[in-house]
Amino acid sequence: MTLSRRLLAPGWYRAALGAALGFLLGMGIVVAARAAYGYDPLFDTDAIVTVGALIAAPLGYLVGIGCFDYWFRWASGAPTIDEDHSGHGAYSWRDYFRVNTDHKVIGIQYIVTTFFFFAAGGIMAMLIRAELAQPGTQFVDPNTYNGLFSVHASLMIFLFIIPVFAGIANYVIPLMIGAPDMAFPRLNALSFWMLPAAGVMMICSYFAEGGAFATGWTAYAPLSTETPLGQQFFTMGVQFAGASSIATALNFLVTIITMRAPGMTFWRMPLLVWANFTTSLLVVIATPFIAGSQFFILLDRSLGMNFFTPGDNGDVLLYQHVFWFYSHPAVYIMMLPGFGIVSEVISTHARKPIFGYRMMAFSLVAIVILGFSVWAHHMFVSGMWSWFRVPMMITTMLIAVPTGIKIFSWLATLWRGVIHLRTPLLFALGFITMFTLGGISGIMLAVVPFDIHVSDTYFIVAHIHYVLFGGSVFTIFAGLYHWFPKMTGRMYDETLGKLHFWLSFIFFNLTFGPMHFVGIDGMPRRVADYAEGFATWNAIISISAFLFGLSFLIFLYNMIASWRNGPLAVANPWRAHSIEWQVSSPPPVFNFESIPTVVGGPYEYGVPGAVHAVFKDEEKAQAPAPVGAMPAPAGGGGAPPATDL
Amino acid sequence: MSEKDPEAGDTKGPSQEDPRIEGEKHPIGKMLAYGTIASIIGIAISLYIDWFPVNAAGEAGQIDTIYDVLLIASVPIFVLVMTIVIYSCTRFAAKPGDMRDGPPIHGNTRLEVIWVTVPFIMVTALAVYGWIVLDDIEAKQPNELVVNVKGQQFTWTFEYPGEKVNSDALVLPKDRPVHFRINSDDVLHSFWVPQFRLKSDAVPGLTTDIRLTPDRVGRYQVVCAELCGIGHAAMRQNVRVIPRAQWDSWIEDQKQAAQGASAQ
Repeated sequence: MTLSRRLLAPGWYRAALGAALGFLLGMGIVVAARAAYGYDPLFDTDAIVTVGALIAAPLGYLVGIGCFDYWFRWASGAPTIDEDHSGHGAYSWRDYFRVNTDHKVIGIQYIVTTFFFFAAGGIMAMLIRAELAQPGTQFVDPNTYNGLFSVHASLMIFLFIIPVFAGIANYVIPLMIGAPDMAFPRLNALSFWMLPAAGVMMICSYFAEGGAFATGWTAYAPLSTETPLGQQFFTMGVQFAGASSIATALNFLVTIITMRAPGMTFWRMPLLVWANFTTSLLVVIATPFIAGSQFFILLDRSLGMNFFTPGDNGDVLLYQHVFWFYSHPAVYIMMLPGFGIVSEVISTHARKPIFGYRMMAFSLVAIVILGFSVWAHHMFVSGMWSWFRVPMMITTMLIAVPTGIKIFSWLATLWRGVIHLRTPLLFALGFITMFTLGGISGIMLAVVPFDIHVSDTYFIVAHIHYVLFGGSVFTIFAGLYHWFPKMTGRMYDETLGKLHFWLSFIFFNLTFGPMHFVGIDGMPRRVADYAEGFATWNAIISISAFLFGLSFLIFLYNMIASWRNGPLAVANPWRAHSIEWQVSSPPPVFNFESIPTVVGGPYEYGVPGAVHAVFKDEEKAQAPAPVGAMPAPAGGGGAPPATDL
Repeated sequence: MSEKDPEAGDTKGPSQEDPRIEGEKHPIGKMLAYGTIASIIGIAISLYIDWFPVNAAGEAGQIDTIYDVLLIASVPIFVLVMTIVIYSCTRFAAKPGDMRDGPPIHGNTRLEVIWVTVPFIMVTALAVYGWIVLDDIEAKQPNELVVNVKGQQFTWTFEYPGEKVNSDALVLPKDRPVHFRINSDDVLHSFWVPQFRLKSDAVPGLTTDIRLTPDRVGRYQVVCAELCGIGHAAMRQNVRVIPRAQWDSWIEDQKQAAQGASAQ
């Protein structure tokens, strides 16, 4: 292709061109506006970077890479190109680098991209621990240090945990509910392609004048309205990540509500589907609040609107209320999909039906509702209305009830099962134990008098990592190992997987456990330096953290080596009942030769002859399974009539 | 749930007869014994650990006690979870090539009611206890010494309005209730003396309050606990608690120094 044709066809060349044109357009708007108002200087770096590089250039890149081509033709009345499904499926690694509308390709794109940002955030964590290994200043100055933990947290939350769950769900959910794809495949692609923009923006903040944003992932005003340019990279990065998140959630809601296979009633949905349904509700309702909070910051900074400036009729605490009205539900956005994964993994690998299926679903709904009534427990020492702390304490503690239902139901599912302790189940059990600890410290933090002491200390750092690492990230690993055969068509190495689990489990605890001690003992969080008395514990924490970091190399090696050369996977290596395992590994481009009919619950292990779904043409559906396939679920086609629900 | 599912009540299924459990005493007794021992050991260890810095205010004791109560309530829950996980993994582990399924138990209403009710009662009790303590430690007290605390990047200044004294050092008399009125000049800070246990953000445009009674003579530090910029980690200042008589002469010195300064 000639260069000019490459610049016109959707792809990376046009994306670069689009970004450049976007930047010039943004700069033009800024310069024109400043000229019209007679401002001096005409070329204001902060304004040009904000409008040109952070708003217009990413939009230009999205247009260039081809996210909007179909819509533009359609909206302008031009004849649309018939869908020839050329944007579907991946036949070589190159297909993962273009706009693709296949939910399976998008799922892999999400997972690989988010793991890239996970690695970037992890390297920052290593630098943080290196600085904190001894008291005093080692090798980063306080401003760089504040940037490190801020970017670390933002990447882990907005570019890893939240989107990686969207990636896993993208791959698995349509297969699980017997749908050929997501409801809005083009919107799905757009959701994915917004993510790299957000992540690159946050990482690039290091190159901004004055360094990376250094106000934590919470970006509390008025600090965030006064710090240098780097803060804008967070403000806009969150907008792109948030828009991606909202669009995906909307897509999941419509897909789950309207595209379930015949017979798939709500009470026959696997719990992962329930989990993503409830998570998507949270995302759609809550995420606009963080978008709002960051737009306020943007307008405060760029146009001097003083939403949060005291003395100019601004309200400092307003920021925290709006921010946490999203960011507390965000904790559940980062946890509920993991609950779903753990339900699938435990039921499958322990060979037993989920104990109390309906209560498991109801407890998800209860968490969604209660999740919106607890935000101010992050603000017990903020100086807000003091009476408000008590209701927030009570609702916060009540969330322990539905969460407890889930923990106890998983334990009861495990009880008397036939337990295959493979890597996914190990991670699921690691999750249950560590999340219990994180839940317990959460209850402690809900008790206002205790929280007043430990708020903003390392106890909080310990708690959040027990909940988000021992909780969310362990479930992510459980899910990746569990669906690795389905996604890649190959088996991972079980020995390496187990080694990965035990090393992470041990060093996770050695890293974050001692943080409880130093926190209660008086070490505040987000500090580049600390009192001598905390030196011993911090040295231990840092050494454990480095070993913890190294353990991920085993995971990385296992994933890459197994994806390339692992033994071929059969269609259903875990003998699971849910629909995604009844098609080949990896599944055909359009998932199903014929749409399955759901005839029973998803977890009927041990029920003689029970199946979850049947295909009209059983033989044909099972044909793609390679030689050596495990037998189909007990009973095969001889399904009992569906139990009426 | 189970009672709605006709298949769940069916005990004729082959896997209901679990050879691993039949013909043995129910393992629950043994697990209970192990769990109780582990809980007692766990509680003993967790109470033995010296978690907090020294206790230097009248209000601190109640907060330390709450933490002990929370530990006593939490350890058995964690032990329960661990016991079931470890026991299940050792006892019910599949042998190689074991293709069986577990028994199709779909639920048990009585159990589910228990694990909704018991946690509900526990957290409600803890919340009530927390509320009572909160009201108690924040109650107004007679003869309070008012100290205005101002946070600014990256230092604290203290004003004793009753005595018309400003100071860079926080010096407090032992055993006299203090009412801190906290404010900020620029961004958020948080006023915290770990030995007093209490903390409150310093918010520009707002005055926040802490009430406490220092009851132990010594030198401590005010620590800024809310990220406030480059100098956040270094925003630490000394606090001295001294006997009443000593404090009276200290504040007298400060007054005279202030008058001397204004006279010049």
